[in-house]
Amino acid sequence: MEEELVVVENIEKSFPGVRALSDVSISLKKAEIRCLAGENGSGKSTLIKVISGIYKPEKGLITIEGEQYKSLHPIEAIRHGIQVIYQDLSLFPNLTVAENLALNSYLGNNKKFLKWKDVKEIASSALSKINVEIDLNRIVGSLTVADKQLVAISRALLNNAKIVIMDEPTTALTQKEVDSLFKIILNLKEMGISTLFVSHKLREVIEISEEITILRNGRKVAEGSIDQFDEPKIVYHMTGREVGAERYNYVPQGDKPPALSVQNYSSNAHFEDVNFDIHSGEIVGITGLLGSGRTELALSLFGIHQHDSGNVLVDGKEVSINSINDAVNSGIAYVPEDRLSEGLFLQQSIARNTYVSILDRLQNKLGFVDFLKADSTVENWIDNLSIATPSKDIPVSSLSGGNQQRVVLARWLATAAKILILNGPTVGVDIGSKEEIHNKLRDLARDGLAVVIISDDIPEIVQNCNRIFVMHKGKIVERLVGSRTHENEIVAILKKLK
Amino acid sequence: MKNWFKNIDSNLIRLLFITVIVFAIMAALVPSKFLTMRNIESMSFQFPELGLLSIAIMITMLTGGIDLSVVGIANLSGIFMALIFTKAIPQGTSGFPMFLYIIVGIIIGVSTGAFAGYLNGLLIAKVGITPILATLGTMQLFTGIAVVITKGFAISGFPEAFLIIGNSKILFVSFPLFIFILTTAGISILLSKTSLGINLYLIGTNEKAAVFSGIRKARVLIKSYMLSGILGGITGVIMIARTNSAKADYGSSYVLQAILVSVLGGVNPAGGFGKVIGVVIAVLALQFLSSGFSMLRFSNFAKEFIWGAFLLFIMVLNFIQNRRAAKNIVKKED
Repeated sequence: MEEELVVVENIEKSFPGVRALSDVSISLKKAEIRCLAGENGSGKSTLIKVISGIYKPEKGLITIEGEQYKSLHPIEAIRHGIQVIYQDLSLFPNLTVAENLALNSYLGNNKKFLKWKDVKEIASSALSKINVEIDLNRIVGSLTVADKQLVAISRALLNNAKIVIMDEPTTALTQKEVDSLFKIILNLKEMGISTLFVSHKLREVIEISEEITILRNGRKVAEGSIDQFDEPKIVYHMTGREVGAERYNYVPQGDKPPALSVQNYSSNAHFEDVNFDIHSGEIVGITGLLGSGRTELALSLFGIHQHDSGNVLVDGKEVSINSINDAVNSGIAYVPEDRLSEGLFLQQSIARNTYVSILDRLQNKLGFVDFLKADSTVENWIDNLSIATPSKDIPVSSLSGGNQQRVVLARWLATAAKILILNGPTVGVDIGSKEEIHNKLRDLARDGLAVVIISDDIPEIVQNCNRIFVMHKGKIVERLVGSRTHENEIVAILKKLK
Repeated sequence: MKNWFKNIDSNLIRLLFITVIVFAIMAALVPSKFLTMRNIESMSFQFPELGLLSIAIMITMLTGGIDLSVVGIANLSGIFMALIFTKAIPQGTSGFPMFLYIIVGIIIGVSTGAFAGYLNGLLIAKVGITPILATLGTMQLFTGIAVVITKGFAISGFPEAFLIIGNSKILFVSFPLFIFILTTAGISILLSKTSLGINLYLIGTNEKAAVFSGIRKARVLIKSYMLSGILGGITGVIMIARTNSAKADYGSSYVLQAILVSVLGGVNPAGGFGKVIGVVIAVLALQFLSSGFSMLRFSNFAKEFIWGAFLLFIMVLNFIQNRRAAKNIVKKED
């Protein structure tokens, strides 16, 4: 029997309005790499916070290195070597790498005066433990996300970490950076340090973990060695149902002019000589590395960014788009990348969030908003998109991520858009809800909408798009037919671009 | 009717309740003075000024901004009107020509407010200066212009016909209160029934999302500061008509009071939430307090202290109540 480092048994924890964890147990052996998987709201983060002493559970027992606790204090967790690396990394962006690494432990020893030579020494030895080189004098704020993460990991090691918990560590990383992060995790294993890895990116989960624990709705639904699991099985446990993998089939509809035609479209420094036609009924995917210009292209088509040259035709007629209102009036809608900061008015009602973009059209001659019409429009869309809510008047913040995304969709569908551009439509959306959104997009396309999906999520693009563009350095470098393309082909193309 | 009740949140009901209690306590302590027609009348002449300024600040707060210059605007408008009334009207004018002069004067006063608000709007929406800094700057600017014009002296001696606005009654309602009711009703409808109003709330909730939703942010912001300026101009009309004098630094303590009244009335200083009715109740509560305390012969210093304490008291109460409400949800779930 290997040494059990942490055993957490029968944990219960509630929050205002929700039971976040019920009867959850998890254990971690020395030098084990365990993945904690689950959809948003399944209780992953809560469990991490219980283990690191931030939340006090109502019931349950935590045993660390043989010592038993009803609940932990963060200091106790740290003393036992539990280190959490959160998504935001909790570094001081205005301090240098050396300061970030050393100051904590230096000050912890109650020394009143700093010796900068010591600081540098502590810092460089910490980095060398995981075989990375980062300039100690760089300001942390200026580092890439991947480098910041390395600094955070080194800092955790400095605090004598025995267990490193990583919360969605790969979210903002490129494939290459993910690979090197995984090397470091294996390196930690050799040093006898255990890793608890939280992620909902399944491919990564399978690649790196040895053991897996899956949570759903605050309960543990599956656990075991990773060899016993494959992707569909994990998805099944995370969502509680089978998720289909049928591809989208586009049937051309007559010889109408393309819904959206982009010709020689260029914008200084962002994208260059972009050409494509999209017919109504098509779902076209655009992917590419960060900085490929795909978001800028979408923002220009939506009138937020300016373009320098080129034409845009909607239904065969040339339109000039210099503002968002021009775009909306031409029938172009854009669902932004960041739902929370760019898409939603979180504390406002679902109704307001839905009719915001058609307010001007809802005004009567006296300038008053026709609320009867507004409300019936909103109710129609709640129905149509099956948004799960008791009322249209509750704040949109009380909805789940998937339902929130549908509210943004409803807003744009209400404008009677002909072309719908979605940037990362299912980022942070549960797998179940994700499938429903995909199905809805397919239905909309079949009803004659032209859909453009910009996404990093290759399976999403391959499954739902009948054509796929790969962008790189502002140009479309590959045009693929969805039904004839395998995910791995796109992954290979993207790797080559780097 | 049902909808109307639903729209009034618990904080507002509590504020109303407390206002009634304040009224009752004052009535009980000095019944001989507080409960007289004369006192109620005199209060109805006093509070519309602070009330209108608070509504003006509320409008800008809804967008997540603030208008610190609104009292400066009121004074500058007042001084322009005062110049017309004292310098431009020929001796011996009366009757209809006099009426026209007064109308022109008021139009100039209110347009001054609108223009000043437009300037604020440009600085904030087009130049991109933070509202608090932009309006702090224009507050100094407007007050400065007023001081330069008047050399710091008060201008007084306005036509009798104009003073009616500040000192007479229509039926049983004081003229200032009449203006206040009309204006607040208008603003209330504007905020809840027009796309401009709803856009104000949405910009205040999430500026970025507002832009992405196709709201013309700059246009809406400029309009909101113009509205605030127009309310400042209207306040200027009432102020100089009531006191029969215009001064560059009249009522400078109104700025902070108006901010506090807005917040007390349930306006979220971060933007996005707040109702006209809340601000009206809040300004009434403070008026009852302040009239009551002057009848109890409290010094002005003690009055400031009590206002501050009252505002803090209400806000702490709201905070505790909201936290308890959140806890109750948990219990229900279990």
